Amino acid sequence: MTELSSTPTAFAPEVRERLVAGAAEIIARYPRSRSALLSMLHLVQAEEGYVSPHGIELCAELLDITAAEVASVATFYTMYKRRPNGEYSVGVCTNTLCAVMGGDQIFAALKEHLGIGHDETTEDGKVTLEHLECNAACDYAPVLMVNWEFFDNQTPESATQLVDDLRAGEQPAPTRGASLCTFKQVSRVLAGFPDGRADEGPSAGPATLAGLMIHREQTSAGKRRRSDETTSRSSSGSGGSGTGYGAQGGPSESDSVSTAESDDANPTPPATEKDGEA
Amino acid sequence: MTLELTPVLSRTWDQDRSWTRKVYERHDGYAGLKEALKKSPDQVTQLVKDSELRGRGGAGFPTGMKWGFIPQGGDKPVYLVVNADESEPGTCKDIPLMMANPHELVEGAVIASYAIRAAHAFIYVRGEVVHVLRRLQAAVAEAYSAGYLGKDILGSGYDLELTVHAGAGAYICGEETALLDSLEGRRGQPRLRPPFPAVAGLYASPTVINNVESIASVPSILRNGVDWFTAQGTDNDNPKLRSKGFTLYSLSGHVARPGQYEAPMGITLRELLDLTGGVREGHELKFWTPGGSSTPILTAEHLDVPLSYEGIASAGSMLGTKALQVFDETTCVVRAVLRWTEFYAHESCGKCTPCRDGTFWLVQILRRLEHGKAYEEALEKLLDISDNILGRSFCALGDGATSPITSSLEYFRDEYVDHFRQGGCPFDPAASTLFAMPTGARSR
Repeated sequence: MTELSSTPTAFAPEVRERLVAGAAEIIARYPRSRSALLSMLHLVQAEEGYVSPHGIELCAELLDITAAEVASVATFYTMYKRRPNGEYSVGVCTNTLCAVMGGDQIFAALKEHLGIGHDETTEDGKVTLEHLECNAACDYAPVLMVNWEFFDNQTPESATQLVDDLRAGEQPAPTRGASLCTFKQVSRVLAGFPDGRADEGPSAGPATLAGLMIHREQTSAGKRRRSDETTSRSSSGSGGSGTGYGAQGGPSESDSVSTAESDDANPTPPATEKDGEA
Repeated sequence: MTLELTPVLSRTWDQDRSWTRKVYERHDGYAGLKEALKKSPDQVTQLVKDSELRGRGGAGFPTGMKWGFIPQGGDKPVYLVVNADESEPGTCKDIPLMMANPHELVEGAVIASYAIRAAHAFIYVRGEVVHVLRRLQAAVAEAYSAGYLGKDILGSGYDLELTVHAGAGAYICGEETALLDSLEGRRGQPRLRPPFPAVAGLYASPTVINNVESIASVPSILRNGVDWFTAQGTDNDNPKLRSKGFTLYSLSGHVARPGQYEAPMGITLRELLDLTGGVREGHELKFWTPGGSSTPILTAEHLDVPLSYEGIASAGSMLGTKALQVFDETTCVVRAVLRWTEFYAHESCGKCTPCRDGTFWLVQILRRLEHGKAYEEALEKLLDISDNILGRSFCALGDGATSPITSSLEYFRDEYVDHFRQGGCPFDPAASTLFAMPTGARSR
């Protein structure tokens, strides 16, 4: 944060007004105001695309702490950017599992293709490239994040195509997530202001459902055994083996309720209050 | 015998719009809360104690006992903080849980808050998963409008505010006291203990911090009863040597079918691999982690060790987060360990010298080793530095950093030696990728 030494440029009045109003909403969520700082820094990024020196000054002013205290927090966390970020943050997981599964090759391919390194932005301002630590999607390795949305099971080719699409102004869909927003728009959600996109995207990907799908097969195989004693055991638990990398089946049995009496793992009787329709 | 999976938390994940209140309610959602509100807070705590539920976030501390440590009747407010900062390498259970069904966590958080008499609860979710954050925000809003949060919850007279808080990228914030500092708007650095958070946590008030999966498991115990929960898992006369209930095992890496598998505590990796198609075709298991990178690695000789707290401890590792990262024979163990070590060095908060400096030097030595530019003495130096970090760091991050190093040297010392004998890495990194040829033809 060498920029701190320079005199902060003031926000335009309407921007300042927006930030002050947003900060007041954030502060109201917490018993003590300083807890609002992380969200307020996300909010600054929603306006500026990075944590600007005058953003730091404003947070300090609104929370009645020093700019140095704010800066010490802003420089601790990797999601706060010290330079204007590209429209899309493209992060490649290169922690051990993703790296071994191909993350290293993906990151190398993107560096070469875009001509930039870690934490650098393309000249058109579209893409900021990063390598990431584990992003909690190891069962979809190797994983790439665009503005903190999941792009699962990537290859150097798919990742290269992805950044080309982003730079061409297209909107490639995340594997699990909502349609892509800009870095600034996503920062506003991170500050705690919902954007109404929670209902977009699937519940889960195939790896998330892998165990549940095998259980469904086990349960229906068990039912068949019970209902037809003459059938010899043949189909128990054969799910997934020999299929190489994962059964790529999404939600297939739509709303097949197997809780309550049909499910040994969930013996609860149905709840008394129910909604009639989906 | 084929392993039987027991989806409880995951039971609704394949349903259309599984993240919504209506779908959750159709699958007994918030029935556990209604049961809890019929009891006194102390009865709920006792019930969770009786269930023997232990923390699913890594340390395995008994959840009900943690709740019982909260001093009651004082003048300070009590807080519940849900640790949703899932970042331990290999760990990928809480994030899909919150994406597919955030309501189960919200319901658990209300029950836990009621039990410890908290009036304000927080879910601290890592920031790098924006769609999970959206689903949590929406679920909390739905819960407020349905009367599961806010004033006079379901007519019980109990009030609770629940705030969803997004982090900003720091592994250390998964450490509970660093998380509290972060939630207070500071750098995420761990605190000295004692005082423990139960006495002086958030804003120096009594605070319970629980992992997402621990809290999300509570509604099922209220719904189905203690006996149902304790009927699952491992048995032993000594309560400290048994693990009750079900849990999410996260399988990743070189396996035929990676994913989330919910099963009773104490299954084995062999059973899970048998059920799911095993290691990827044409390859064999080399090493694996039982619960993330901070848990010492294990090998094929440990395939039949029960994946329970006591089982994995007896094999010299830790159950951790049950993040089963599987690596086959194409993986260079030195490369894997170096990468994990670089992670710990990057994420060390810098507060204490053994961790800050120790992880830095571990990386320097491992980099030279990987390139075949170190000698046998370097291995002793690695162990010496590890010995100076383990138990001498401020928090468990430093301890965790030593786990991959000491365990890999125990099982794969020869592979380190091969690197400097051959003047470089003997492995082809292309062979270990997802997009390598299925047969993985590798030239040596």
